[in-house]
Amino acid sequence: MSLLEVRGLKVHFPIKKGIVLERTVGAVRAVDGVDLSVERGRTLGIVGESGCGKSTLGRAVLQLEPVTEGSVVFDGEDLGTLKPAAMRAMRKRMQMVFQDPLASLDPRQSVSSVLSEPLRTHGEKGPYDKRVRELLDLVGLPSTAANRYPHEFSGGQRQRVGIARAIALNPELIIADEPVSALDVSIQAQVVNLLEELQQRLGLTYVVIAHDLAVVRHISDDIAVMYLGAVVEVAPSDSLYDEPLHPYTIALLSAIPIPDPEVEDVRERIILRGDLPSAADPPPGCRFHTRCPFRQATRCHDEVPVLREIAVAPGHQVACHWAEQVHSGAITPERAAVPAADADGAAAV
Amino acid sequence: MTAPVAHRESVPGHLLVGTPLLKVRDLTVTFASRGRRPVRAVDGIDLDVAAGSTVGIVGESGSGKSVTSLAAMGLLGKRGVTVTGSVEFDGEDLLNMPEDELRSVRGREIAMIFQDPMSSLNPVLTVGRQITEILERHKGLKGQAAKDRAAELLASVGIGDSVRRLRSFPHQLSGGMRQRVMIAMALACEPRLLIADEPTTALDVTISAQILELLRVLVKDTGTALILITHDLGVVAGLCDQVHVMYSGRIVESAPRRPLFAEPQHPYTTGLLASVPRLDQPRGLPLLPIPGSPSDTLPWAQGCAFSPRCTRRVDACVGHPPVIGPAPSRVPGHLVRCVNPVPYDVEEPTP
Amino acid sequence: MSVAQFEAVESSAVSPQEAAGGLGRDALRRLRRSPTAIVGAVLVTLFVLVAVFAPLLAPYEPNFQRLDLIRPGVYPGPSSEFLLGLDQLGRDELSRIIYGARYSLLIGVVSLTLGAAVGIALGLLAGAFGGWVDSLVMRIVDVMLAIPSLLLAIGVAALLGRSITSVMIAIAVVNVPIFARLLRGSMLAQRRSDYALAARSLGVPRSRIVLQHVLPNSLSPVIVQGTLALATAIIEAAGLAYLGLGSADPSIPEWGRMLADTQNSLATAPLLALWPGLAIVLSVMGFYLLGEALREALDPKLRR
Repeated sequence: MSLLEVRGLKVHFPIKKGIVLERTVGAVRAVDGVDLSVERGRTLGIVGESGCGKSTLGRAVLQLEPVTEGSVVFDGEDLGTLKPAAMRAMRKRMQMVFQDPLASLDPRQSVSSVLSEPLRTHGEKGPYDKRVRELLDLVGLPSTAANRYPHEFSGGQRQRVGIARAIALNPELIIADEPVSALDVSIQAQVVNLLEELQQRLGLTYVVIAHDLAVVRHISDDIAVMYLGAVVEVAPSDSLYDEPLHPYTIALLSAIPIPDPEVEDVRERIILRGDLPSAADPPPGCRFHTRCPFRQATRCHDEVPVLREIAVAPGHQVACHWAEQVHSGAITPERAAVPAADADGAAAV
Repeated sequence: MTAPVAHRESVPGHLLVGTPLLKVRDLTVTFASRGRRPVRAVDGIDLDVAAGSTVGIVGESGSGKSVTSLAAMGLLGKRGVTVTGSVEFDGEDLLNMPEDELRSVRGREIAMIFQDPMSSLNPVLTVGRQITEILERHKGLKGQAAKDRAAELLASVGIGDSVRRLRSFPHQLSGGMRQRVMIAMALACEPRLLIADEPTTALDVTISAQILELLRVLVKDTGTALILITHDLGVVAGLCDQVHVMYSGRIVESAPRRPLFAEPQHPYTTGLLASVPRLDQPRGLPLLPIPGSPSDTLPWAQGCAFSPRCTRRVDACVGHPPVIGPAPSRVPGHLVRCVNPVPYDVEEPTP
Repeated sequence: MSVAQFEAVESSAVSPQEAAGGLGRDALRRLRRSPTAIVGAVLVTLFVLVAVFAPLLAPYEPNFQRLDLIRPGVYPGPSSEFLLGLDQLGRDELSRIIYGARYSLLIGVVSLTLGAAVGIALGLLAGAFGGWVDSLVMRIVDVMLAIPSLLLAIGVAALLGRSITSVMIAIAVVNVPIFARLLRGSMLAQRRSDYALAARSLGVPRSRIVLQHVLPNSLSPVIVQGTLALATAIIEAAGLAYLGLGSADPSIPEWGRMLADTQNSLATAPLLALWPGLAIVLSVMGFYLLGEALREALDPKLRR
């Protein structure tokens, strides 16, 4: 059985109007029907651009956002049905690593206080000094760091503190939301390697959420690509780059610059039109059809595609009506001469 | 691609023969604040930009890449800042130019776009007004003529329904659209040099690809020279004629784009390349991080600033500042500031 | 790369002078470097010392009268015996200014403590619970905010009679909504911060998140406002006294009232208006400068 099972998860944020008497006039469908599962000891990457709902999904899995619909099953237990006290106890087994290491640390807490807080919260008896030193050692910080405060560290070191806090209770699952994107390029690899090393040592299961597909691919076993609140493709990391099936994945991959002129000069680049539509009013049918370079005259605009496995690529799930044809090359992308942003690409207010 | 950068074998190789459009020599910027040691953010930068060429400046936060362009344009302010060296644009000295003349050059001949278009746009004026204002001031266009030209500019940066868009306020546009507006404003005066400081960092991957493609097309069509400042080696790989890699205020490696990526010779450049995972390579290759953090530097006067983090450090790295010179690869225009450069026949440092 | 290697290379990134201590010490260090803070602190210290040690510093009792030296419209100016001269009732101006500091400080501190206590309690309530509690508390606060302080003071004076207590209550009431809104806004922002989310994800109970993380990190603007509110309280007290809404007792040396009393003799003894005015300006400026410097020192954006 999978350690984590997400079924039909929806997180809608109500849009309210009125000052005294608030009424709900609509909803931002941040996460709109997501199914995922992660096996113990493996890493699932979730990629997508800002506004696709990936961070909300991560928080909703940990029950840090109110779930509108659907369920999150962790090790056989439906988290949504747990009483608050039981949920708090459950948190011991699932932890989170944040994007901005400085913002995620209380500026008034010393590192030893940061690291002993989870222990104290879950009723472990002090003194915690030994465990704090152990944790610092695990994440590659000197034990002298214990008495320092977050603002005294560099970005990479702070993220190590954040990771140490996340592993303090020996969790089984760690959700890392953009764990390296706030760091300098030369530091990112240190943190990625640390995460991998800890996974091996401690048998952790990861969900890594990021916009950087290259980093996600490096660290993940499987990758889920999100667009506007829904998963459009799930694939093993090894084959995603060679065999992307969903037009959005294809475009996303082709948009990522590769540090090699030889590759860059001959690459076929698919430039998407326009911007992400508003999640308060997603397009009908396939959510991607307004920007899709492979869009067809039928089905795309009025029929919601479901995530399905297709015969040509086993182990690969895709939510596109025309995945087979895109895969075989029967449908080719239309191309605009000038990379245009069309009028409906304006951000909805 | 427009006229390739002319190179000559003689040192310094990346500096141009004849008069380049922008010629920066020994640019040094020092920030002093009360009660603190002065910080040398930029430390003797030499930089040439030929008309119509695209030059990339790559570096991490604190490398001085943005300060270089701001100082060259006289945009750093006066308090606590010391700028020395020379910056010549089309033969004219920008550093000693009176403020009003400089402002005119900045508006007319040199334009800049920044990472965050929202903070560079005036939130209470429509997009159209902001563009026509520039056209009135620098081009003498008025009324309907200015409006028509503004709509034309928006259309040229790929904004559809441009006449209607002129009436939009910045907050009504998405990040990508705002950056397009910024580019349209920058191009309003048909500048000869465009400086783009992290133009896509705040944008999503697919939008960033749109903007980079737009810059590529515009540079080709208009013949504008472009300085692209970024932390992302991938961004310069597809776009630049000459790339300068900066570390701690100095250029550590400088080369035409292809040799830089094919035969990087400064350990910092190779380190950067080896520490980012690449999509086009098989998964499972280990990442080789650069140890330490960008704050672990040595003052250049005491040796190589990168040496505390360098895996190829030798005794000669410390003691006196390394000089920049032709790389062992002998590729014209390839310079490296390192006493123990990475052997050039090895493509990648193998683990 | 092994953990040990990481340690070796990264540990050097924390420079020794940075590793001095927590936030408080950090702010203090910056305060000490700020000329604004130094001037403000000197003025405030002086003011407090004068107020506390008034009986020792003042050459005369505040109501010691030399009626023999004054004639209507003619009051002796500064002399070696009376450094700042005598007022309209033949009392030593310097002694009254010195004793006046006591009343300014008293009114400032009491009204601030009262106003801040109620305001912080309301703000804490709103900020900690959010939702309908927040809406309710904030509507009450809005109503309080809508009443002009002068009107309020007149009302309180009408209700309780003209006294220093009325002035203190009036000023305290004016301070309540300011503190409530400030703390609430600051707490709501902090509640949304990543570290509060991190604490929730650790399973830390909500009460502890609010009291141990959110509240301490929300207090900086409140501390700054407290300093500025002292300055405002001094001005308001003087203003109310000037308008005759202060204490009815003429023997109380209140700076605002002293200023008002000079109205009739402005032509003959203009200096008598200068001294209380100067005292008000200097004490208010002291608190303002200190408040501004505190704001800068506590601003996390300026921290490095």
